[in-house]
Amino acid sequence: MTDVDAQDGEADTPTEIAPETLFGTLLTRSHGQLVLHPTREEYAGLLATLQADGYHSIIDLCGVDYLTNFSRELPPGITPERFEVVVNLINHREHSRLRLRVQIPESDPVLPTAFGLYAGSEAMERETFDMFGIAFEGHPDLTRILMPEDWIGHPLRKDYDIGRIPVQFKGAPANR
Amino acid sequence: MTATHELPTNVNQTSEGAQELTSAGVVAAGERLRELGAVLRLSENDALLAEREQVSDDETMIINMGPQHPSTHGVLRLMLELQGETVLRCKPIIGYLHTGMERTGEELTYLQGPTNVTRMDYAAPLFTELAFSLTVEKLLDIEVPERAIWIRMLMTEMNRISSHLLFMATNGMDLGAVSMMLYGWREREEALRFLQEVTGLRMNHNYIRPGGVAADLPDGWRDGVLRLLDMLPPRLAEYDTLMNQQPIWRERLQGVGAITAEECLALGVTGPMLRSTGYDWDLRRDMPYLAFDQIEFDVVVGSFGDCFDRYAIRLAEIHESMKIVRQCLENMPKGDYRIQDKKVTPPPRARIDESMEALIHHFKIFTEGFKVPEGEAYVAIESPRGELGCYIVSDGSSKPYRMHVRAPSFVNLQSLPHLMHGSLVADAVAIISSVDPILGEVDR
Repeated sequence: MTDVDAQDGEADTPTEIAPETLFGTLLTRSHGQLVLHPTREEYAGLLATLQADGYHSIIDLCGVDYLTNFSRELPPGITPERFEVVVNLINHREHSRLRLRVQIPESDPVLPTAFGLYAGSEAMERETFDMFGIAFEGHPDLTRILMPEDWIGHPLRKDYDIGRIPVQFKGAPANR
Repeated sequence: MTATHELPTNVNQTSEGAQELTSAGVVAAGERLRELGAVLRLSENDALLAEREQVSDDETMIINMGPQHPSTHGVLRLMLELQGETVLRCKPIIGYLHTGMERTGEELTYLQGPTNVTRMDYAAPLFTELAFSLTVEKLLDIEVPERAIWIRMLMTEMNRISSHLLFMATNGMDLGAVSMMLYGWREREEALRFLQEVTGLRMNHNYIRPGGVAADLPDGWRDGVLRLLDMLPPRLAEYDTLMNQQPIWRERLQGVGAITAEECLALGVTGPMLRSTGYDWDLRRDMPYLAFDQIEFDVVVGSFGDCFDRYAIRLAEIHESMKIVRQCLENMPKGDYRIQDKKVTPPPRARIDESMEALIHHFKIFTEGFKVPEGEAYVAIESPRGELGCYIVSDGSSKPYRMHVRAPSFVNLQSLPHLMHGSLVADAVAIISSVDPILGEVDR
């Protein structure tokens, strides 16, 4: 078992030339937390490996829309895409956490579901679908979960207008 | 609210169908697997049984429980498929309280953030503030002073007591023990009175902020804590007599809605629900944050994973929280209650009167906010309902680029279909209550 202790954040040395890997996937550290960067193709296989390795529970799965922030830091070889799906797993035995960041292109926002391995991802994937329009292939019931079922658009996307209620001050014309 | 762009490209690849139960003919074994979590494979025998269990549509009835129902703790709607009094399948439908708080969080500065997140879990608001603040502090790479850490511990444990007391009250009410409801509410009010003395508000405190807490503990706070610590034990003993030793109460709860540790882990369930199965896991002890590694307390675990264990664990956790509060009282260090970092902390009020720079600084912090370096972080804490996490992506500006809260109730609610399978409608009420969902947090 490779050393995955989330507490030690010492290995941030810029002298390392070869990119660090863990379970055959690119590894970075963010404030001492371990982050893996699998590609979409590696994603399902990596989850299976991690589960066999003791990461028995999925803690969180959410999306991020990087529409206006393409310049973020990523390990070499990973192309930034508009969407990212972020998965948090926990290993109770070793008291460690792992975070997976998967790049999802805007033209084809699809990712294989984690449901077969982690049943707990069911509601989280539905939420990500609802909020970002990222589809999870093989999900048993991919419907909207928080928004009404006839809603158009995905509210957490950066190009989605946030709602405003015009304020009408007494005697003054409304400004919008 | 208007959508400005056309339908997303992937719309025809997915089912955007109605949020309904699929017809009974399609499901059977597959649906059972889903409830159990596909990771826990059914044996062939069990699958066959599930196949046989299948009943035709005209023997069953689909009934909507909620969103307006006193036992759904807010606006939870359950679609129940019943055969007589037995629940065959159940699907929780949520979103009635969805107000887009994660999106709102992207529009507010880091200083305004706690005002927003505190409204998620309204029974334990200090915990969401704490998770948010810890994440921002991780991104800023700052350490808050000792006193602020201990104040945060004291306040969150007080909040855990009030949250669990609220559970005692509502759980009692759902099961028809109305006197318990009054008692629970009465004691919770005492706990809230202390929170009000310190923060100024009973709920939605906005007290824990990035960089420390909003204000120091007021004079006489020790008396307030001691009064509560003296008052609670006899009252809790009264609950014990009233509930635990009452056969009706025990029979309503014991063996109802049982779940195993494997199922909990597969479904991502955390908190008292996970501990009720005998699984020994508490973030305060196992992945300590604040100063919980310097504190003595026990993690209470159950053995059957049923409604009674979930109730008993919460009652016992009140005792444990009181232990922690007492240690906070004894060890409360002296010092500053917030970090003296010019970047994060506004200057003290007195400085504003005498220094132009302080005035400008004060104005800038409250209008523009402070900038947080680019990066992303996830920090989790143990809320009364389970693991409460906050994931923030910063693009270097003074507002979060993305703020996501991992709400324990949202995930724990996934276990409802499994807990309810084969139980009676009357038990369904007990089961919802024992999961203790806070719908503000579920829907965010």
